[in-house]
Amino acid sequence: MLEIRNLHAVIDGSEILKGLNLTVNAGEIHAIMGPNGSGKSTLAKVLAGHPTYKVTEGEVIYEGRNLLELAPDERAREGVFLAFQYPIEIPGVSNANFLRMAYNEKAKHDGREELDPLEFDDLLKEKMKIVEMDSSFINRSVNEGFSGGEKKRNEILQMAVLEPKLAVLDETDSGLDIDALRVVANGVSTLANKDNAVILVTHYQRLLNYIEPNFVHVLYKGQIVKSGGKELAMELESKGYDWIKPAGAKA
Amino acid sequence: MQQAATEKENYFSAYKLFVRTREGKDPAWLNELRSRAGSRFEALDFPTTRNEEWKYTNVAPILKVPFRQVFDLEPGAVKMAAIEPYTYAESRTSRMVFINGLYAPELSDLSGLPKEIVVTSLAEIPQESNDVARRHLGAYASYEEETFTALNTAVIGDGAFVHIPDGSMVEQSIHLLFVSTAKEPIASHPRVLIVAGKGSIASVIESYVSPGEDIYFNNAVTEVFADENAVLNHYRLQEESERAFHVATTRIHQKRDSNYTSYSISLGGEIVRHNLNAVLDDEHVETTIDGLYVVTGKQHVDNHTTIDHREPFCNSHQVYKGILDGRSRAIFNGKIFVREGAVKTDAHQLNKNLLLSGGATANTKPQLEIFADDVKCSHGATIGQLEDDELFYLASRGINPEMARALLTFGFAEDVISKIKLKSVRERLDRAVLDKLHQSLEIE
Ligand SMILES: Nc1ncnc2c1ncn2[C@@H]1O[C@H](COP(=O)(O)OP(=O)(O)O)[C@@H](O)[C@H]1O
Ligand SMILES: [Mg+2]
Repeated sequence: MLEIRNLHAVIDGSEILKGLNLTVNAGEIHAIMGPNGSGKSTLAKVLAGHPTYKVTEGEVIYEGRNLLELAPDERAREGVFLAFQYPIEIPGVSNANFLRMAYNEKAKHDGREELDPLEFDDLLKEKMKIVEMDSSFINRSVNEGFSGGEKKRNEILQMAVLEPKLAVLDETDSGLDIDALRVVANGVSTLANKDNAVILVTHYQRLLNYIEPNFVHVLYKGQIVKSGGKELAMELESKGYDWIKPAGAKA
Repeated sequence: MQQAATEKENYFSAYKLFVRTREGKDPAWLNELRSRAGSRFEALDFPTTRNEEWKYTNVAPILKVPFRQVFDLEPGAVKMAAIEPYTYAESRTSRMVFINGLYAPELSDLSGLPKEIVVTSLAEIPQESNDVARRHLGAYASYEEETFTALNTAVIGDGAFVHIPDGSMVEQSIHLLFVSTAKEPIASHPRVLIVAGKGSIASVIESYVSPGEDIYFNNAVTEVFADENAVLNHYRLQEESERAFHVATTRIHQKRDSNYTSYSISLGGEIVRHNLNAVLDDEHVETTIDGLYVVTGKQHVDNHTTIDHREPFCNSHQVYKGILDGRSRAIFNGKIFVREGAVKTDAHQLNKNLLLSGGATANTKPQLEIFADDVKCSHGATIGQLEDDELFYLASRGINPEMARALLTFGFAEDVISKIKLKSVRERLDRAVLDKLHQSLEIE
């Protein structure tokens, strides 16, 4: 589904990703862990197409196509979804309007039927159950005045509505209390299936108690320096990141 | 100077002519009011950009046009169908229509109003309302110092007079619809007096529209008096032709425990100036003064507001938002005075401007002048563009760039519009704002 080869990306002149490789297949859940500043959010935003990150080398193949050629909105309609580490507030735009618009854009693209407000309301109510969200959120402005946990739930709600093929969750677990963490984890587990793939960016292994990843990768200074199974996350938890050095770096 | 004199002469002779047409028709006090205002108008000059308060707004292009003044309405000149789009469901049977400043009874419908509510033309004040009108008309909008107000006051004729007696409640919104339409450039001087009696509850829509793209000049003055414990919602919607000139003054005077809310919306006009001044003249007054302006092309809109806290324990809230496109210009000048002794004042003011193009200019000057202790006051102003991170967030959900811009712009305006309590006004504004920016959104 996704193949990242030798990816280099810069922001404001400094190189953040320095030759990153990663392969993700349908039906897989990948966890990417790494210390603060290692480039996790950069990777997530490059995949989603944030304009301020420039790719200087390497390629990203998604469903057999060059992902980097597509505009951010095209990527989303093709099924790429990023749950933001810091979701943006959009005053004056209701969650319902925003989500319906996003849903219909994708539906149009996929050749499915668009939904009118009433039909969409039904769909939204179903999806809100997954994230245990109160119906009052439907008519509130997107993320405005939401607590940190509510914003994260709202990201998962969007994911539930849009049903992406490739979901990248950037520290959706950070700053959550146990309740919210459980809700978010349940949401992800419910939505993951054999036809889609999830990349969980996290820096605690806590989330992995709820969601079993197929692979765990360590991102360090802009490269994936170690990959393994769930046990790698445990090891990171007990030993920290210091024992890991970039591939090929001198000890 | 010579130039200015001839420009004024045009208006002054129209005033003289008007006075003759009204001979023997009005109460003595009204004739005297006009005559005092006429003398002041004769003595005053129109403001120039050398005047600090008019620094950014040059009225010379308005004065240059040889506008004709009309005092007679050609019957049947405007058909109901032409004004239908500007009417509101909430005021089907509580609507007063004015064509070029002149009352058009055949287009008006006041049948739904309770008998005790007075909604009439200022040219036909009923005997029992005479005292109320006399006491309040011209009492708040200063014709002593302000040239445009003096001119308006000197030619008070077919204005709107709304009197909600003490303890009355009006369910329908009272709509004062000012329509401008003319084959030749016309100047008119709409006048409104709203008196909300003790403990009364009402809402008034004051709207300025034009079905065509005519050149004309509206010099409007509105006075509002909210007596003790009155609740008044006032919607002022300026949707003029984009070639129109609109100079307006709104003066609000509030008594103890009254609650006044104003939404001042400015969409049309080539040169628009609105002075809004609220005096909180007693304790425990609540005042909300919100505004929205959307300008494109070469439009120029200048909002000057003053909120005058004269007594203790009063609250005022003000949010003005502006969206600017093309080569338009918007000015916001907002003063808040907290006078000596006005302790426990709570006053908050915010002005936010969204620039959609590099050619648009916004000037904003919030001013707080506090002469009392123990007050809570804040003010702020921003001028900015759509945020890249907001656009990216929407894009990441599959929303194309054009729609994303429309949605964010809509959201910016919605912050003000969504607070409006009348559904049909809200819906009309949602549509008008998007149309104006040539954007379309399928929003419910
Ligand atoms: N706008 C920016 N300009 C310059 N450097 C940035 C910018 N944004 C992020 N960085 C830097 O990029 C590096 C990686 O950041 P990020 O991808 O957010 O890391 P992580 O998500 O792993 O904590 C950090 O060193 C950070 O300081
Ligand atoms: Mg991060």
